[in-house]
Amino acid sequence: MGLRSHLSRARGALSSHLVSIRAAGIVEERTWRDLEDALLLADVGAKTTDELLSEARERFERNDEVDVEGLLGILKSVLIERLGVTDRSLATGGEPSVWLFVGVNGAGKTTTIGKVGSREVAAGLQVVFAAGDTFRAAAADQLATWADRVGSPLVRGAENADPSSVIFDAVEHAAARGADLVLADTAGRFHTKSNLMDELAKVRRVAEKGSGTVTETLLVIDATTGQNGLVQARQFAEVVEVTGIVLTKLDGSARGGIVVAVQEDIGIPVKLVGVGEGGDDLVEFDPVDFVDALFGVTAEI
Amino acid sequence: MFESLSSRFEGVLKRVRGKGRLSAEDVEDFLGEFRLALLDADVHLAVVRTFQDRIRERAVGSEVSGALNPGQQVVKIVLEELTAVLGGETHRLSYASKPPTVVLLAGLQGAGKTTTAAKLARWFKTQGRNPMLIGADLQRPAAVEQLQTLAERIDVPVFSDPTDSVSVARAGLAEARRLGRDVVICDTAGRLAIDDDLMDELVGVAEVLEPHHTLLVVDAMVGQDAVKTAESFHARLGLDAVVLTKLDGDARGGAALSIKEVLGRPIAFASTGETLDDFELFHPDRLASRILGMGDVETLIERAEETFEQVEAEAAASRLLDGSFTLNDFLDQLKALRKMGPISDIMGMVPGMAHQMKGVEADVDERRIDRIEGIIHSMTPSERANPDVIDGSRRARIAAGSGTKPNEINQLVRQFREMRKMMKQMGGKSQGAKGRRKGRKTRGSRTTVGGSVPIDKKKGLSLPGLGDAEGAGSFPVDLGS
Repeated sequence: MGLRSHLSRARGALSSHLVSIRAAGIVEERTWRDLEDALLLADVGAKTTDELLSEARERFERNDEVDVEGLLGILKSVLIERLGVTDRSLATGGEPSVWLFVGVNGAGKTTTIGKVGSREVAAGLQVVFAAGDTFRAAAADQLATWADRVGSPLVRGAENADPSSVIFDAVEHAAARGADLVLADTAGRFHTKSNLMDELAKVRRVAEKGSGTVTETLLVIDATTGQNGLVQARQFAEVVEVTGIVLTKLDGSARGGIVVAVQEDIGIPVKLVGVGEGGDDLVEFDPVDFVDALFGVTAEI
Repeated sequence: MFESLSSRFEGVLKRVRGKGRLSAEDVEDFLGEFRLALLDADVHLAVVRTFQDRIRERAVGSEVSGALNPGQQVVKIVLEELTAVLGGETHRLSYASKPPTVVLLAGLQGAGKTTTAAKLARWFKTQGRNPMLIGADLQRPAAVEQLQTLAERIDVPVFSDPTDSVSVARAGLAEARRLGRDVVICDTAGRLAIDDDLMDELVGVAEVLEPHHTLLVVDAMVGQDAVKTAESFHARLGLDAVVLTKLDGDARGGAALSIKEVLGRPIAFASTGETLDDFELFHPDRLASRILGMGDVETLIERAEETFEQVEAEAAASRLLDGSFTLNDFLDQLKALRKMGPISDIMGMVPGMAHQMKGVEADVDERRIDRIEGIIHSMTPSERANPDVIDGSRRARIAAGSGTKPNEINQLVRQFREMRKMMKQMGGKSQGAKGRRKGRKTRGSRTTVGGSVPIDKKKGLSLPGLGDAEGAGSFPVDLGS
């Protein structure tokens, strides 16, 4: 199943702005204001919205397009271009490969790991879960439930154990068994806490001390996140070389527009999208579907 | 990337300086910057518009005249409008006349409900209550285990059962009555407001519990969707207040302001850290400062007020202004200042300073202040009262006593004399300033954004005790904005 079908529920909340934009039929000053509103309400951010619209306007005027549909098409292509044609595949190739999941508190890291595990096991990989969140109470139990569902081993440490050593052990465990992939959870942390960010850098280093290679470091961002998401992405990227974004909870009415700025300013592509709590509610990011959903454009299709 | 409103206003302020009257265009320039600041802080678009309209109406009208220059006048209006929405009193939870007082927590996934449940239980304990927790989040794996682990740390009982959330709520409430607990806090699964089945379930839980307080747990990082989410929860559950979590990051929390403006529901608590005691009653106007990047001025003022002994300060102030200020007074001031915390922390709370201090490791050298204290401590009372008596041999003694060099003592005495002279001149100029409280000097700086603009100090900031057994579910505080 693709992103589009998963977003049907969210798309039900068709932006009223779009209704009025379409109802007018012609492009007038008001149309631009309505488009601006739609982008701002999707958390695209004031600066990025301005840039998107001025580029769309330039193209619109150059093309002598008059109708609203033409304009919407232009704006969508501006957005899709900005989201880029980046490679969104998840890298393997280590023996084992380690995928590290990082992010602020409550972004959905543990649930995402469960879903990724379910997906990769279904694809035929041998997966080991590493309960690297030793801080949050019962985080390891939560991951253990997922490991049971998927039927893969979980390596965990004591509460408040050093996360680096838990993940190191998991990598060694995976190497010994000839497993392909270690999915490593980490405790949620704010990018403003330098001691915790240092800890994360250490986790990243130690994960490669043994036989494993960190082939993906995925930053998990909640789709309801506002403008702070950009700051988060920048700080995490500085500390651990983030290779991709997982945008979670996109099944609500939130649109996750902050990832447009993240992709453009920091150059980190969105790779996966979380759209529910089930094991298969995780899909690959598709810029076209995402942009459509951003406006609620395809609601009637 | 997130500029403070004061720095955003700087450019416009510079341009309109010296103008007698602001054009509508000037006002729009201000409003444009204001809009960007609010949007960057995740204030909802509709709320931004409301603000802009109110400010435009006041700024373009007759109010722009008088003692302030027009630029300052606009800044003043902006601050007044913001504090009008956010300001007001700290919200107090009332207790049910017939215990237990029931608190229901609801919110999206990952907002922080489970942690909030435990923090709230701990807070009720500090208020002398006997809370009990109900773990009705049967959705997320290990959510109940998480609640149990946290509850153990604060020694609060938890009730849960792997049945369904409505049954758990019913049985939990009965258990609380049986145990004679006077506060019950119910954690629930995170859910999307558009998920009808789960919302129905939540309404079922609420019907069983008949909560006195239904609190929506909101993440400070949330964006434009916050208002819609809050409206949906409010429509189904009837919210009483909001708990704002994750304020320990650097998110501005504009969504919370929007919820208050749109729903008229106050923010009751704020969660500011990972440990269970990082939880406090919410001070509305502090969020205004945060949103605008003005620094946490209220905190600074409070700390200053706790620290300065008012009478002493007033006496010292009058001595300062008539020139009889001594090194003893100076020492007292230094000590009082240091009681407020590390100098670098204090600087961070001063508007405009947080930005300047960023990256610079506290320019203020704490050790230098140590040395000054050492020098004064090594002086006799008469030397402190009148440093002019310090001659070569006294200087050598003081230097030996404080482990400093004689020229450092010279330097201190010289600086002190200059300061006293300057103060005396100021005192002569402003007679009325005599007896002014030291604390108020700090307060003056709070009101300065790009110019000097006085705003009323919001009353009602003192940490309230709890209301007595008032009518359950009623909020003594004005709910509108």
